Amino acid sequence: MNPKSVLVFIEQNDKEIANVSLELICEARRLANQLKTSVSAAVLGFGLKKKLDVLAHYGSDEIYYVEDKRLEHFTSVPYAKIIAELITKHQPQIVLFGATINGRDLAPRVSAALSCGLTADCTNLQIGDYNFQGKTKENILLQIRPAFGGNIIATIVSPDCSPSMASVREGVMKMSAPDQNRKAKIIEEKCELTASDFPTEVCEVARAAKSVDLKGSKIIVAAGMGVSSKESLDLVKKLATALGAEIGCTRPVVDAGLLPLECQIGQTGSTVRPNLYIACGISGQLQHWTGISESKRIIAINSDPNAPILKVAHYSIVGDLNDVIPKMLKKIMSYE
Amino acid sequence: MVLRIITLVKQVPDTANIPDNAMKADGTVNRSALPAITNPEDLNALEEALKIKGLITAITLGPPSAIKVLKESLYRGADDAVLVTDAKFAASDTLATSYALTKAIEKIGKFDIILCGRQAIDGDTAQVGPQIAQKLGINQLTGVVEIISADKEHVKVKRIIDGGYEILKSPLPVLITVRGEANEPRGPSVKRAMLYKNITCKCNESYDEAYLHPEIGCSCENIKQWSAEDLKADLKMCGLSGSPTKVKNIENVVLAARNTRMIANTAEDIGALMQELTKEHIIG
Ligand SMILES: Cc1cc2nc3c(=O)[nH]c(=O)nc-3n(C[C@H](O)[C@H](O)[C@H](O)COP(=O)(O)OP(=O)(O)OC[C@H]3O[C@@H](n4cnc5c(N)ncnc54)[C@H](O)[C@@H]3O)c2cc1C
Ligand SMILES: Nc1ncnc2c1ncn2[C@@H]1O[C@H](COP(=O)(O)O)[C@@H](O)[C@H]1O
Repeated sequence: MNPKSVLVFIEQNDKEIANVSLELICEARRLANQLKTSVSAAVLGFGLKKKLDVLAHYGSDEIYYVEDKRLEHFTSVPYAKIIAELITKHQPQIVLFGATINGRDLAPRVSAALSCGLTADCTNLQIGDYNFQGKTKENILLQIRPAFGGNIIATIVSPDCSPSMASVREGVMKMSAPDQNRKAKIIEEKCELTASDFPTEVCEVARAAKSVDLKGSKIIVAAGMGVSSKESLDLVKKLATALGAEIGCTRPVVDAGLLPLECQIGQTGSTVRPNLYIACGISGQLQHWTGISESKRIIAINSDPNAPILKVAHYSIVGDLNDVIPKMLKKIMSYE
Repeated sequence: MVLRIITLVKQVPDTANIPDNAMKADGTVNRSALPAITNPEDLNALEEALKIKGLITAITLGPPSAIKVLKESLYRGADDAVLVTDAKFAASDTLATSYALTKAIEKIGKFDIILCGRQAIDGDTAQVGPQIAQKLGINQLTGVVEIISADKEHVKVKRIIDGGYEILKSPLPVLITVRGEANEPRGPSVKRAMLYKNITCKCNESYDEAYLHPEIGCSCENIKQWSAEDLKADLKMCGLSGSPTKVKNIENVVLAARNTRMIANTAEDIGALMQELTKEHIIG
């Protein structure tokens, strides 16, 4: 077993492994190749053994599996205790968590237990050097994230502690193709847990399957505050239907109650990279832009010729969306 | 039985409302020109504390000017306030911050509930709350939108999770982090603002006896100011030396212009664009 592996905490909800965990396995593989080390995964839960193969397919070499009925549903204290114990035992050099709600609950607790540095909500990870006080620390994890309301991008390092720990934003790490023949070693770990390790009683869990899948969609039509009336929103929806697209939006549109939170794109919403992104009445503030900048093509429709988005889109149309969208629809309809 | 509640409030630059005069010519933000405010979700945490009607002590760690956020808490209904300030705490990352705040909480000694904001808008890290809970060895409930009940032994809360919510019950003591959706925080009371407008700090003031007898209630005559020494803090754990994370590099984000193609708002040009995208198999 390689003591300097890249370890990924695997999040599971209702026995399903979270997408972000698979994204992180792919990213861990990339980092581990650079560092010439292995990828390990830590899975906590109950009755998951049959689900572990997929972790090997995406690039894990070892899988630490802790099975206990009481770990079926995430709670902070026992999860943090076990992850900290696994880290102490196996000494990985890097530990990654998905920056999901539970990942961001767990990671700081683990970091405090181990007195290790932790960077939250990274959008990019690299391996590089860090110079300080005349010394150079080679091949350490560069943890890159937006801060200060998205106005700056900071590169953070934890040069003097091992492991380097980071939580990573969902949707930003690219998935590689799975290899169905790849195998990993499954290591069942035993952890001593007493009743006092489970202070939280889970009384009720209500989780709805996502009705919108922005991350996987090829075309997204997005509404900004320029879509102020119900009529314009209907027009945007019509365009989405005609193109077989999903609907996305900016944060103020969610705040105004026009569309649900799961449609929100940007720093505090989803990160997307569709083939085509049509921004309707969106000004193009940084916090929104970071969520869409990797789209293959962006069409921006905005009535203000000075709107920032018009300078960064691939195709820019200056005009009232209530006037532009019907022209698009007319053309699309003419194909049918 | 009155619950002893500690609220953690942080002073942050107002990154959500960037005034025009804080924008530099190159499109980046001049951070020092931003107004300093109480972190918005910390006011939601304070509001939850006020709804529980316990005895509330607000704590902040920051420069002496952070007294402002303690006054804001007193104006809204906090019973007591502690300013943790010392040059030795400067340049703390979240781990060093949580260490100093943990020492302050330990100096206070007794508490039932600690309420924090979910995250601070300057760094968006959401780490300090859980790190304090771990250091104190107590349970945590993060991202809470409703405190359904709180009695002398348990709290029951509604917590947002990805794709839904869960209802959790925990024994006390517990640390709770509160999301903005939880409530609409009250504004300052005029009467309390008059009362506390000129309140000052008193160094190494030990904790009020009244706090240990919450039935009596307490009135806040001074803001207690505690230094690293007052907290018997291990200096290796404070400030820069207690911060395992270092900032290697900071870049201002400016939108990079592309070679944008302007499409005229005419049926012909828009039609031609749609056709082109269809040919490239991007649509259709
Ligand atoms: C910490 C932080 C996190 C944030 N996270 C996010 C996030 O994740 N996602 C996000 O989107 N935002 C986020 N924001 C908010 C972000 O800063 C912007 O406020 C937001 O993206 C602006 O949304 P908008 O473009 O819809 O609205 P506006 O900026 O108000 O722009 C509306 C645009 O519509 C145009 N318009 C008006 N009428 C018409 C018309 N009839 N036809 C065509 N165009 C028209 C206007 O010219 C204008 O450009 C965040 C902010 C902060 C501080
Ligand atoms: N310096 C501080 N003083 C008091 N409370 C803090 C401080 N830093 C963080 N907190 C608390 O921890 C929460 C999360 O902060 P952060 O980890 O910085 O996002 C905040 O909402 C505050 O309640």
